[in-house]
Amino acid sequence: MTEPGPVRLEIPSPPGGPGHHAEFSHVRLSEPGAAPRPEIDAEPDTMTDLAFDLIRVLDDDGIAVGPWDPGLTRDDLLRGLRDMLTVRSYDRRMLTAQRQGKTSFYMRSLGEEAVSCAHRAELGPEDMTFPTYRQQGLLIASGYPLELMMNQVYSNVADPLHGRQLPVMYTSRSHGFFSISGNLATQFIQAVGWAMASAIKGSTAIASAWIGDGSTAESDFHSGMLFASTYQPPVLLNIVNNQWAISTSQDVARGHASTFAARGLGFGIPSLRVDGNDFLAGRSVTRWAADRARAGLGPTLIEWVTYRAGAHSTSDDPDGYRPVGEAAAWPLGDPVERLERHLLATGAATRAELDSLAEEVEATVAEAQAAALAHGTLHTHPASVKDMFEDVYAEIPPHLQAQRDEAGS
Amino acid sequence: MSMVEAIRDAHGVAMERDESVVVFGEDVGFFGGVFRCTQGLQERFGSHRCFDTPISESGIVGAAIGMAANGLRPCVEIQFADYMYPAYDQIVSEAARLRHRSAGDFTAPITIRMPTGGGIFGGQTHSQSPEALFTHVAGLTTIVPSNPYDAKGLLLSAIESPDPVVFLEPKRLYHGAFAGRPDDRVIPWNEHELGEVPDGHYTVPIGKAAVRREGADLTVVTYGTMVHVAATAMDESGIDGEIIDLRTLVPFDIDLVLASVRKTGRCIVLHEATKTSGFGAEVAALVQAKAFFSLEAPVRRVTGWDTPYPHAQEWDYFPGPDRLVRAMAETLAI
Repeated sequence: MTEPGPVRLEIPSPPGGPGHHAEFSHVRLSEPGAAPRPEIDAEPDTMTDLAFDLIRVLDDDGIAVGPWDPGLTRDDLLRGLRDMLTVRSYDRRMLTAQRQGKTSFYMRSLGEEAVSCAHRAELGPEDMTFPTYRQQGLLIASGYPLELMMNQVYSNVADPLHGRQLPVMYTSRSHGFFSISGNLATQFIQAVGWAMASAIKGSTAIASAWIGDGSTAESDFHSGMLFASTYQPPVLLNIVNNQWAISTSQDVARGHASTFAARGLGFGIPSLRVDGNDFLAGRSVTRWAADRARAGLGPTLIEWVTYRAGAHSTSDDPDGYRPVGEAAAWPLGDPVERLERHLLATGAATRAELDSLAEEVEATVAEAQAAALAHGTLHTHPASVKDMFEDVYAEIPPHLQAQRDEAGS
Repeated sequence: MSMVEAIRDAHGVAMERDESVVVFGEDVGFFGGVFRCTQGLQERFGSHRCFDTPISESGIVGAAIGMAANGLRPCVEIQFADYMYPAYDQIVSEAARLRHRSAGDFTAPITIRMPTGGGIFGGQTHSQSPEALFTHVAGLTTIVPSNPYDAKGLLLSAIESPDPVVFLEPKRLYHGAFAGRPDDRVIPWNEHELGEVPDGHYTVPIGKAAVRREGADLTVVTYGTMVHVAATAMDESGIDGEIIDLRTLVPFDIDLVLASVRKTGRCIVLHEATKTSGFGAEVAALVQAKAFFSLEAPVRRVTGWDTPYPHAQEWDYFPGPDRLVRAMAETLAI
């Protein structure tokens, strides 16, 4: 036994800064096809290994393997690819628009497109998602008009949110997309409440909650997990572990737990880790969790293991805090390339067909952008000032009417 | 009927009329709340409509927001207003702004009840009056009833409101018209005219203050427990003051206040909450801005001190009748 010395404190340090080599040895991987697929009504205690395994379907050659193969049709696959390409094209154009001064702010989901596109494809029109700011794929995959999304980013006269919200904080009840807050984690418990209401009302709709690896540190993550555990409502609890919370590595929020999915075990919630860059695995895991929710079997926690290939937002430069070339070293590859490889390897599509699809997506997004720009941008045709005073309350109270008069709007 | 019974009755009426009304909070279901305001509701309406929650205020309000977005009308209890801080982000950043930020696509018609104020030797964690933390927030409605009749009618208005409402219940008034002196007998509500509470449904409108006593010498603008303290001060001093019970702080019934101040020419704001940046500052600012030429004396505030709510020194902290009498005399001497 050693003599007791001064007590110890551990300050986490990032796996590597700009001068270091990319290092991903901390990411627990499993072989494609290796993770078992339990029945949806299996006891949570019998599937705890899935909080540490990584559910993968696509192997390195692009072939679907193992029990989690969702058996998608060619149309399913092409639809998924189209959605992901649309998100990527949309992101690129909106980033450029911000750089050109046409809006104030933008956030891409580069490298994470499969997460939300796969998830949305397994939900119904009556289900409600409670997204963070990096789930534009949920909205795009639901068929929401790109032009309206762009009007919101431009904060122009046709912005559905009347210029009130920061760009990318979309809302659409009709497309199952809850209003994005911008305050982190708050919507996680709200999704649980929405799902509780669904059960109280006797509805069949389910909810889908979203949070990032960094935001699991917020207390609302824990209240959401606890209410989900206590009341067993039909909710899918999604953690997107994209490795970075702005400049802070995921291990600061994870601490010495080995995975984020393991957070769910203490709550008795079935918890899965899935390869977030594998479109097939994403659909399969979402289907399994949604089937559980719809069957009255309660919540499921899903950790989506992915990588934020771009900056956090237009306000930071990751070259200042990440090893250069880290994205290329990410062991789970790029979600678009992997789905294309699958389509080619199985003969479901030819290179020419994929090129043609990409061109078609580009044309569609460009057309939407032209239509949005016709309504102006933040600085040319901003949303109306008088709208600022609307919707603070259902009816404008006297003191606010007086301020509106004073503002001259 | 006591204020507790009136609040319980309002819940029952609301839940009977509208099956989307659900009630939950800590100890609220089986036990019926630590102050018994929800007693019997679980038995009457079932555990899906009235239930206990974990000790998680952010969870209670956050879940309520999600439920409201899905068509329910949650009326939730925070066990003491002092415990609401973990829920503050959900109240301020979420409930209050949801309608605005989504351009009306989603709304949060929730009622958040919380016992407020001191006078029960509750120390600093069972005595606070945090109303100004809500009145400062765009999108919230803040209500403080002073008697059983208003408590029932305002709670029904709150539950039926399309906007989020913070409903602060002066716990010192739950069982009687506490008049400001701890050793005096508290008049039970069944001996008080505002303890006469009609059966069934009625509402008291949000945003409307009430004149509790007409007078000519000065106006005391107040709410909650202090309405009764003001009456004691006037009874004991013989000062012919007018008492305005705001009932709703936001929207603020400025017209009734101005009409009174224009008549009396003098105004004192009385509240139990701490002074600096309290709601009294808002009242004083508006009164001097809109009734400046009617004023014979500066608007004065009589409030709790700017300290944490103390335990042993509770009655030195509490702005009781003696402090108000002194302030009224000084204001009248100007």
